[in-house]
Amino acid sequence: MTTPASRTPEGGYIGAPVPRREDARLLTGRGTFVDDLPMPGVAHAAMVRSPHAHARVGRIDAAAALALDGVLAVVTAADVADIQKPWPARMPSPVPGTAIRHGVRHTLPGDKVRHAGEVVAAVVAESRALAEDARDLLSVEYEVLPVVATAAAGLAPGAPLVYEQLGDNIAAHIVQRVGNPEQAFAAAAHTLRETFRVTRGGSHSMEGRGVVARYDEALDGFTVWDATQAPHAVRAMLAYLFELPEHRVRVIAPPDVGGGLGPKASVYPEEVLVCWLARRLRRPVKWIEDRHEHFVSAAQEREQVHTVEIAFTGEGRLLALRDVFTHDIGMYGALVAPVISACTVPGPYRIPNIHSEFRAVYTNLQPTGAVRGAGRPQGVLVMERMMDRMAETLGLDPAEVRARNLIPADAFPYEVGMWFRDGARLTYDSGNYPELLRRALERADYAQARREQAALRAQGRHRGIGVAICVEGVGLGPFEGAILRLDGRGRVVVTSGAPPQGQGYQTTFAQIAADAVGVRFEDVDVVTGDTGAIPYGTGSFASRVTANAGPAILQAGGALREKILAVGAHLLEAAAADLAIVDGAVRVRGMPDRGVPLAQVARLGNAGVAFGMVMPGGLQVGLEASAYFAPAQAGYSASAHVCILDVDADTGEVTIVRYVVGHDCGNVINPLLVEGQILGGVAHGLSNALYEEAIFDEQGQSLASSFLDYPLPSAREMPRVEMFHLTTPSPLNPLGVKGAGEAGTLPVTAAVAGAVEDALRSFGVRVNRMPLNPARISDLIHEARRPS
Amino acid sequence: MKPPRFSYAAPATLEEALALLARHGAEARVLAGGQSLMPLLNFRLARPGHVIDVNRLAGLAAVTAGADGGLRVGALVRQRTLERSAPIRERCPLIAQAMPFVGHPQIRARGTLGGSLAHADPAAELPAVIVALDARLTLRRAGGERVVAAADFFVGLLTTALAPDELLTEVALPPWPARTGSSVHEVAKRHGDFALGGVAAMLTLDGRGRVARARVVGFGVGPVPVRLADAERSLTGGAPTPAAFAEAGRLAAAGVDPADDIHASGAYRQRLVAVLTTRALTDALAAVTEHAA
Amino acid sequence: MSETRAIALTVNGRPHRATVETRLTLVDLLREELRLTGTHVGCEHGVCGACTVLVDGEAVRGCLLLAVQADGRHVETVESLAPDLEHLNPLQAEFVRHHGVQCGFCTGGILMSLTAALRDNPRPTEAEVRETLAGHLCRCTGYQGMVDAVLALVAAR
Repeated sequence: MTTPASRTPEGGYIGAPVPRREDARLLTGRGTFVDDLPMPGVAHAAMVRSPHAHARVGRIDAAAALALDGVLAVVTAADVADIQKPWPARMPSPVPGTAIRHGVRHTLPGDKVRHAGEVVAAVVAESRALAEDARDLLSVEYEVLPVVATAAAGLAPGAPLVYEQLGDNIAAHIVQRVGNPEQAFAAAAHTLRETFRVTRGGSHSMEGRGVVARYDEALDGFTVWDATQAPHAVRAMLAYLFELPEHRVRVIAPPDVGGGLGPKASVYPEEVLVCWLARRLRRPVKWIEDRHEHFVSAAQEREQVHTVEIAFTGEGRLLALRDVFTHDIGMYGALVAPVISACTVPGPYRIPNIHSEFRAVYTNLQPTGAVRGAGRPQGVLVMERMMDRMAETLGLDPAEVRARNLIPADAFPYEVGMWFRDGARLTYDSGNYPELLRRALERADYAQARREQAALRAQGRHRGIGVAICVEGVGLGPFEGAILRLDGRGRVVVTSGAPPQGQGYQTTFAQIAADAVGVRFEDVDVVTGDTGAIPYGTGSFASRVTANAGPAILQAGGALREKILAVGAHLLEAAAADLAIVDGAVRVRGMPDRGVPLAQVARLGNAGVAFGMVMPGGLQVGLEASAYFAPAQAGYSASAHVCILDVDADTGEVTIVRYVVGHDCGNVINPLLVEGQILGGVAHGLSNALYEEAIFDEQGQSLASSFLDYPLPSAREMPRVEMFHLTTPSPLNPLGVKGAGEAGTLPVTAAVAGAVEDALRSFGVRVNRMPLNPARISDLIHEARRPS
Repeated sequence: MKPPRFSYAAPATLEEALALLARHGAEARVLAGGQSLMPLLNFRLARPGHVIDVNRLAGLAAVTAGADGGLRVGALVRQRTLERSAPIRERCPLIAQAMPFVGHPQIRARGTLGGSLAHADPAAELPAVIVALDARLTLRRAGGERVVAAADFFVGLLTTALAPDELLTEVALPPWPARTGSSVHEVAKRHGDFALGGVAAMLTLDGRGRVARARVVGFGVGPVPVRLADAERSLTGGAPTPAAFAEAGRLAAAGVDPADDIHASGAYRQRLVAVLTTRALTDALAAVTEHAA
Repeated sequence: MSETRAIALTVNGRPHRATVETRLTLVDLLREELRLTGTHVGCEHGVCGACTVLVDGEAVRGCLLLAVQADGRHVETVESLAPDLEHLNPLQAEFVRHHGVQCGFCTGGILMSLTAALRDNPRPTEAEVRETLAGHLCRCTGYQGMVDAVLALVAAR
């Protein structure tokens, strides 16, 4: 792929495929993940989790557990009464006139547990093994209640209630309309209606969740090391529950977090409990999630069932879309994913009439949040499957039918007519979808691929081609901040609230800062994810950081540069306009010998002439600048994928022959890293398409709760992915950037579903459900072949 | 999770190991490669009072020639050795063919033949292979030993004929018949994972090119490896033609009644047996032709 | 009181003695007792490969070996590959060039598997590289950068 380089041909850093600074420590085993941090005296917590999906919690007998040597404490809901305030509602509905009906939860369940795996108590001991020994001796009385195991079950009349006070299990019922869909459907020459069932699953970042808390008695405050994507959100919750001012709760995402992918952006009871225990024991307390816990308690995205209809002309032009779906929100969750799904369905197409409706349903399963893609893959699958079906109905090529409906390149900004998950109007900022599709088809040798397909079919082989094109909301607000300063060594230190989990911010933030200030990349340090270092932040999720933190760094960098030049001007007795920052010093243009090192500039600007002396000439003090960038709305990246595969009709096995990705994320800070994000996203998408499936039984028990039953693809399963880029800069920020973190995931299930259905067209197979594993594909063929 | 407490012993001799088994029996688990037992311990799904680590018993780690011209493979022979051993490749190709399907190189580095057989996962390859080979297993206890035919060793789901005080020490493989080819076919969700279904096949031809003997064993399609006897009978004495193999496949499928589970329907597994039987027989025949020189 | 044993082993060329619980896994010994935290724990059932280390030259799962089983053995971890941050070995350097690392959690185990495989077969094909990597899960990268890194290393030889 891209050859690394330290600068662009023009000499800047933004846009250069700079190899990562993070790599050396990670490759030599010197990474600092939360469980790697030295923490003398730390005690280890193990969580006691409900085995039942829905049950009243009765007596907890901890006597035997506490008697075990090395056990330090056992806590239950009664013990933590001082912090048992109801958790604040996570987010309002972004669609005006609608509301999310919040189920009220507490740190530990006061009345009943609502999912198998919910924490009911915690044990702390000198080692994790001892804590688990103690846990084995703990007994909890449960009064088992009937379980709601699916969204459909939650909607059924007489269903058990996850939250009694709500009266039913509907967390939200949101309808959005554009134009007059009923009229359009009634008048249309053609309509089609289908039902699709899409499942996602868990994040399964290779590092699970983890948190270490230290209570400082002298300061009456906490320092919390947390493998989180949103340290400021964690701080807010802790400050609220412990009734502490924010400045006495410091949450730090360690420099290395082993993947986030969404679930680490939620706040969990374990984070709160570990703090409470640290304060109670006056010792640091650590909890590290193990893989089984990740399977049963980390947030997931689970199932949506869509009934979708389209109306269209005989030439394949879309007239109307009606999408009605249910979303399983688990026992607790935000509306993020379903709203995004609803808004993703229209995609890159002109659709004048839309009826979008969903019910988010509470179930007795673990909370949902967002998992890489955050509802978009489901929306893309639904629309792209319908495009394929429309093509088939009209006898048109599926790529052609898409091309006929794409929003043209001159139609931006393009208003879809709906409200997006950020509370702003769904408005695509920029893009060139026709060109993206055209180039993807060209890169995949589409016409030749169709000819080959025909030849192979004549030999009895089942070759399929799937095409998917989609739009992806990225870069949403509310904001991200950056503080840049010149420190005593003459180095620029960039501090931002958004922490990385592998995205490479230590590299990309330094690239932006170096260009903005005018210093060398090597002279920039990056600090992230520490609420003690920057007061406000939102977090790393939703492919938003580059588009928010990037412009903030750019702006603050520019302001810092002005201040540096002003101090340099004083030192050099020159006009600031005649100065430049070159090779670590402020220099007079055209006179390379006249310069002062940045360290000297810092000494004057940050410390003054000497202690107690007046700053010369009213010079501004403090070489520091901060900026918070709040985008007016989300931006929109786009991708087009072409998947060419073979299906072994006898075994159901799929072999991907070729996989092409075209991607537009606006301007790119580091092409090497963007490619990595796309490739990782495609792997996750392929996993959703062909491998992983979170399966629960009617009692809400996870049936696939280890990697033996929940497969993730390895390098052996992954095809080689070919990639190209298109660039339509975003007008929403000065860098013109959009977002790339999730893009690879979005159209994969659609492209694979389309290709498999195409491959098996001779059998009349219909792909309406994902994932597609060999057994499911074989069963589809078998069903299709049966005489009706 | 972390393992529960247990008492650990690493006996230096077989006698010591057998004495420990005699004393602790049902409270003990044997630790060989650890690739099956350690996950159970890590998840606290197994809580043995005693773990008997047999890795020091070097005498159980050899591949030697049998008096009958076959091979004697010690229970502690690592799967990686089974994969790479020249004697195994030459004198028992079916085992060599199965090994690439068994986990990944990092698992095969520690996993053992005996461990896989004693664990008896229904979707594992090695149990089916030794049934196809008509291997004979030596089970030892303090003060005695017995030899059990492979077909009698696998009793039920994850259950073998091993008594709590017995240790599997050796697998005796019969001599590889002349004019014999073999093959293993399986479908798994990911390469190296446990099979959704698989077939191990051996074909021996007589001097006129007809099938003298056939072995067709399914795995992942029942609680134990399934000897597909009807399929075998249909082939014996006949010409090894595609039609014969297709018929064998049909009979093989009729001979299994796999259950549904979260990974596949029983119907799928049954269809798979037909397909994989035909393919395995086809490749087994080609292997005979390759060897006939 | 959980049972303990004294063990002596060599790790990255240096001898170590420790008294450990018999139930302690090798990876936990390396991380907790020896503070070699470059090897990580990802699943505790041998699938993800993050815990992979070399024991007597073979790549094995550190979560599926008891520490007591490493008595008398020679263990190599990711920390043995380079003397310091400035002097990466050729495999590590190619990983940097080809963006083979994102979050880095799986990286230590992968490097050790590749190190053992390359000692055995210094010129693997792409299929062979993917076969070695098949014993590892990465949720970030899609593996392509890692594969390209190894192929570039081979090409440079």
